[in-house]
Amino acid sequence: MQNSIARAGKSKAPLEKIMNVLFLVCGLAAVVSVVLISLYMVLSGAPAIAKIGPLQFLAGQIWNPEAKEFGILPLILSSVTATGLAVVVAVPAALCVAVFLTQIAGKRLASALLFLVELLAGIPSVVYGLLGAILIVPLVFQAQTALGLPMSGSLLSASIVLVIMILPTIISVSVSSIHAVPRQYNDVSLALGSSKMQSIVRAVIPAAKSGIVSGIVLGVGRAIGETMAVMMVAGNAPIMPEFLKPARLLTVGISMEWAYSSGIHREALFGIGLVLFAFIMVINVLLSTILKKGGARK
Amino acid sequence: MTKITTENLHLHYGENHALRGINMLIRPNKITALIGPSGCGKSTYLKTLNRMNDTVPGVAITGSVLLDGEDIYGSTVDVTKLRKKVGMVFQSPNPFPMSIYDNVAYGLKIHGIKKRLLMDEIVERSLRGAAIWDEVKDRLKTPALALSGGQQQRLCIARTLAVSPEVILMDEPTSALDPISTMKIEELMSELAKQYTVVIVTHNMQQAARISDYTAFFLLGEMIEYDETQQIFASPKDPRTENYITGRFG
Repeated sequence: MQNSIARAGKSKAPLEKIMNVLFLVCGLAAVVSVVLISLYMVLSGAPAIAKIGPLQFLAGQIWNPEAKEFGILPLILSSVTATGLAVVVAVPAALCVAVFLTQIAGKRLASALLFLVELLAGIPSVVYGLLGAILIVPLVFQAQTALGLPMSGSLLSASIVLVIMILPTIISVSVSSIHAVPRQYNDVSLALGSSKMQSIVRAVIPAAKSGIVSGIVLGVGRAIGETMAVMMVAGNAPIMPEFLKPARLLTVGISMEWAYSSGIHREALFGIGLVLFAFIMVINVLLSTILKKGGARK
Repeated sequence: MTKITTENLHLHYGENHALRGINMLIRPNKITALIGPSGCGKSTYLKTLNRMNDTVPGVAITGSVLLDGEDIYGSTVDVTKLRKKVGMVFQSPNPFPMSIYDNVAYGLKIHGIKKRLLMDEIVERSLRGAAIWDEVKDRLKTPALALSGGQQQRLCIARTLAVSPEVILMDEPTSALDPISTMKIEELMSELAKQYTVVIVTHNMQQAARISDYTAFFLLGEMIEYDETQQIFASPKDPRTENYITGRFG
């Protein structure tokens, strides 16, 4: 059987086996990390929440570690408001930019602008914090003075900085997903007698929907997890959120007090971490399922 | 009687002189087939009839195309109205990634039809017109991309019918389909010709011979010969046409 196609040895080539194992290990590493992080967050955060009492912790309105009061409702609501406002403004704006870059702008202009947008995505958050502190906070000062409020960092400033920070992420992900839409959809739509804008809104964007949703999820994740830039412009007082007053977000709540906390105080900070973690998980799952519903099936 | 009159039509893609002085009368309620080897300009010509070449950068067109006596390249023409009147079916089946119903209703929404009852009615009529109603009536809300290739192409025809065109352009509509689906579409085309003017580009000469009333032979951007299909296939006047249809080249 000189010409047989049967394997010479007993098993697959050793190199194949090694590569298989290697890829398996890499794949498992990602899964194991997620599981370990989740486990660690729960184990370190849950005891504090239990000691303080879940209701007092989650619904308490006063955060005063010296008096052993650990209510994080103001932090939760501030995070939700700041992120919500940022997303409401950033998503439509980013979509418009993405449509402009992919459908309207000429090739050269589009690639130049896209390069700049991607550059923005890579700027360290502390730089956004600096810009916010010198450009946006003073603007908000004017509004505060006009209304007779003390001048301070504010929830509004934090939201504005977040808008600027998440724009590039949503834009660049949306642009790539719109680029991936087959040209045919646009042609078919035009051939049915639609205008250029109708084709974009009714054919191209719906076909790019799932990619755009991923961009939004990434943007929301970045907004709710952002710490440094927010801390530099938000004023950081743990009070219930009002746009023109200082606000402390969940992330800032942890990072500000971490260095000098101990005992139950430190455990409470882990509790905040757990809440933040839960938030991001829930938002990811919710957004992906709600927004992607009724979308494309390939 | 003519539906579309083409007079001395020239088209350049940049340096490339793709159509060289086409003169042609397309008759209403007939199937006109455009045949010829790849790159001969037949698809390009088809796309001048609903101005789909407008979207290609660097295109220059001279001459005129009259639809019911109106120049479709005239300065006062609303291209969206033109394309509503002159529908198009593409080479590969290309339904939108939406439900079957939404695919057919797409053009209706574009043209401002909002009443649900009217929409339902037109969707059903279009799907019946494209001979696919019986296969999909129980799953109108399911994704169009789950249909087979042949069903998808008939769905695309239904989508075109929904905006009530007068002319239907078909750019090799069966070249991506299996023989049975092809047969169904060919039967459908004969039905369509009762109501619509059909212009079809095809690579398949048997197809042209089977279904069309008139055939035009294109070569290197020129229209070589145009006559009744029987005439073209039985006794072509130009030796180049004869060479092509007898399979000596192309």
